[in-house]
Amino acid sequence: MSEQKLTGAQIVIKALKDQGVDIIFGYPGGAVLPIYDALFQQNDLRHVLVRHEQAAVHAAEGYARSTGKVGCVLVTSGPGATNAVTGLLDALCDSIPLVCLSGQVPTHLIGNDAFQEADTTGITRPCTKHNYLVKDVDNLARTLHEAFYVARSGRPGPVLVDIPKDVQFADGTYVPPAEVKHKTYRPQVKAELARIEEAVELIANAKRPVFYTGGGVINAGPFASKLLTQFVKTTGFPITSTLMGLGAFPASDTQWLGMLGMHGTYEANLAMYECDVMINIGARFDDRVTGKLSAFSPGSKKIHVDIDPSSINKNVAVDIPIVGDCGAVLEDMLRIWKARAKSPDKAALKEWWGKIEGWRARNCLNYNRTESVIKPQYALERLREALRGKDHYITTEVGQHQMWAAQFLPFDQPNRWMTSGGLGTMGYGLPAAIGAQLAHPDAIVVDVSGEASFLMNMQEIGTAVQYRAPVKIFILNNQYMGMVRQWQELLHGSRYSQSYSEALPDFVKLAESWGCVGLRATTVAEVDQVIEKMLAVTDRPCIIDIAVDPRENCFPMIPGGKAHNEILFGPDDSPSDATPEDGMVLV
Amino acid sequence: MENAIEKHTIAVLVDNEPGVLARVIGLFSGRGYNIESLTVAEVNNADHLSRITLVTSGTRMIIEQIKAQLGRLVPVHRVHDLTDEGPSVERELALVKVAGTGDKRIEALRLADIFKAKVVDATLTSFIFELTGTTSQVDDFVGLMTQLGLVEASRTGVVAMSKGPAAF
Ligand SMILES: Cc1cc2nc3c(=O)[nH]c(=O)nc-3n(C[C@H](O)[C@H](O)[C@H](O)COP(=O)(O)OP(=O)(O)OC[C@H]3O[C@@H](n4cnc5c(N)ncnc54)[C@H](O)[C@@H]3O)c2cc1C
Ligand SMILES: Cc1ncc(C[n+]2csc(CCOP(=O)(O)OP(=O)(O)O)c2C)c(N)n1
Ligand SMILES: [Mg+2]
Repeated sequence: MSEQKLTGAQIVIKALKDQGVDIIFGYPGGAVLPIYDALFQQNDLRHVLVRHEQAAVHAAEGYARSTGKVGCVLVTSGPGATNAVTGLLDALCDSIPLVCLSGQVPTHLIGNDAFQEADTTGITRPCTKHNYLVKDVDNLARTLHEAFYVARSGRPGPVLVDIPKDVQFADGTYVPPAEVKHKTYRPQVKAELARIEEAVELIANAKRPVFYTGGGVINAGPFASKLLTQFVKTTGFPITSTLMGLGAFPASDTQWLGMLGMHGTYEANLAMYECDVMINIGARFDDRVTGKLSAFSPGSKKIHVDIDPSSINKNVAVDIPIVGDCGAVLEDMLRIWKARAKSPDKAALKEWWGKIEGWRARNCLNYNRTESVIKPQYALERLREALRGKDHYITTEVGQHQMWAAQFLPFDQPNRWMTSGGLGTMGYGLPAAIGAQLAHPDAIVVDVSGEASFLMNMQEIGTAVQYRAPVKIFILNNQYMGMVRQWQELLHGSRYSQSYSEALPDFVKLAESWGCVGLRATTVAEVDQVIEKMLAVTDRPCIIDIAVDPRENCFPMIPGGKAHNEILFGPDDSPSDATPEDGMVLV
Repeated sequence: MENAIEKHTIAVLVDNEPGVLARVIGLFSGRGYNIESLTVAEVNNADHLSRITLVTSGTRMIIEQIKAQLGRLVPVHRVHDLTDEGPSVERELALVKVAGTGDKRIEALRLADIFKAKVVDATLTSFIFELTGTTSQVDDFVGLMTQLGLVEASRTGVVAMSKGPAAF
């Protein structure tokens, strides 16, 4: 170990480099100026200046989710740190690995209500996987390496390191990552073999099985997706996934049932309801997926693979809990399946698929195809066709457009789909798209957006322009907070309290004011034209304003608190008998 | 799953670092779990380890959640459910101040003797008793003193340890 002294700020830069960081998203301020000065004096780390700290975190999330690496953020003390809070919680809810560095007032001023002082570790404690306040420069390198380790290990998540300004100035000793080992934190990666063997037996004897997979498979890396696909193909079982797990299994495969849950497909939800063996791999029985708990898949034996013991038996009691990494567990499962020469019950499976095909024939994603108005689903179908075979990444904002994107855009690979699932943060999509685009400069990155969500972080167009990130902001403009309007129709007598998008800007002119390309489609015929033009733009961002049917709602829908077999298919299904009191309290 | 409410004593070994108690308490308040009692002190000076003893109640599913949630806090080394893991010893220490004269004063002293409480401060009109025992013994003693001029009571909350030679 070299005894060479560095300043705290230099230690930060060196630690980030040693951790493999190539891009850091941030915004300067008084309490991080020494780190900005150190950034200025080097060329390996690229700093991306956002326009709002929340966006720095979302951009780092987009970067992390699309690469599998840890995203990195730098913000100043006080307002810089508080602006980052929404992003940190977003990353916590969706298990995204991040390290956020925040400046803090000098140690001797902590607790004195100093200028731009905030109790950042206090505020972010419930919004991060872990956080640190570094008071001694000689602990800085170790803490930073630990932060990266904690962020990426086990169930990934955001970690914040709060660094007082005097610590950034002070001279200290650097230690390389290899010399840092965490004292306590050792998540279990390999699962108990006995449990896996038990699971394999149950799977082999299943008559009506279904795979229910989630974001944990994506977290486990592309190898886990490959193993999952292999196992699902080997068994011939149907598979569905949560919003967060899309892409782990190819959507183009016939065994794919589509997404499940509140806005999932009829066939996926009914397969979950009627299955006899449920194989949950890396999903967390979220309430948007289970609906009414007492009626959730009542007759099934449940296997649950999750790296976080606190996810197991939290909402749903399972029969075979398996604590471990999806990749490691799938590897063992496949190996034991082969070693024991297992094969599925073909006759039972044939009957089960017969049933599923019957549900599939209901064609639940069908919508009213009309020439008179652009249906949002149609716009997405056309986008899908235009992107076919092209290297692309999709992010979304939050609302109806997000659900339609999940339903209508197919993902055949992991890490291609980035959306705010757990927190549902409007304003996530644009900065996340910028993060993904900077990580994949030659790919097409589209933010499927709603007009209301877009306004939440639209200042980030400036960032996209500055760093020549040619993101495409595909606005399904229904002039409503459509998702809110839909719930008001369902639960509140169609009283559209504050859910109308008033005083919208001219999105084309807005784009032009930034030197971007602005496009608009108001007729069905124009949709293909604007998509073609949008894809031709490769040197700057592009905003596409698509005037879609303002009345369209997102179906199928299982109203909150209802069971999987109580699905609304379209506007003609009566909402009144579909909404019991207990459903109204759910979100 | 069982829906009966169970009471559990949980021992947690943590790094004694700033904020660790806030993490544990924040977990309980943020997730709506009960804390009936909580004690904490450093038990290993060399490695800076503290032992937290918690008494909590909830359904079986909630108790399991609490343990899993505690276990995933980064500075937590070990979580043990003493209620589940066989017989254990539980003790509380209480300081109980009683003021009075005459018969009541004599009766307080007599009861203290029965409970093996020590007198740690005495004036002509008051005593402070020090009592160690199980929670219910302390409850009983404080209950009796209420009728004999109880001024205030200060209790440590439960500390606990499993029986037998095995370490935590
Ligand atoms: C408007 C709106 C509507 C929504 N509607 C739906 C809907 O219809 N359907 C739907 O599915 N979702 C929907 N969601 C999203 C929903 O809120 C949840 O975010 C989502 O269902 C959770 O996905 P998940 O279960 O895959 O868990 P994630 O949040 O992705 O969590 C991953 C799980 O895997 C575990 N894990 C992490 N890494 C590993 C590893 N390496 N190995 C093993 N396990 C690991 C974690 O511990 C965790 O338990 C909606 C969201 C919004 C905003
Ligand atoms: C930051 C934030 N505030 C409020 C909400 C609640 N919310 C969910 S969807 C939605 C409306 C979104 O409108 P828009 O972006 O136009 O999408 P649409 O549903 O119309 O497709 C709102 C307000 C949220 N998810 N996030
Ligand atoms: Mg809208």
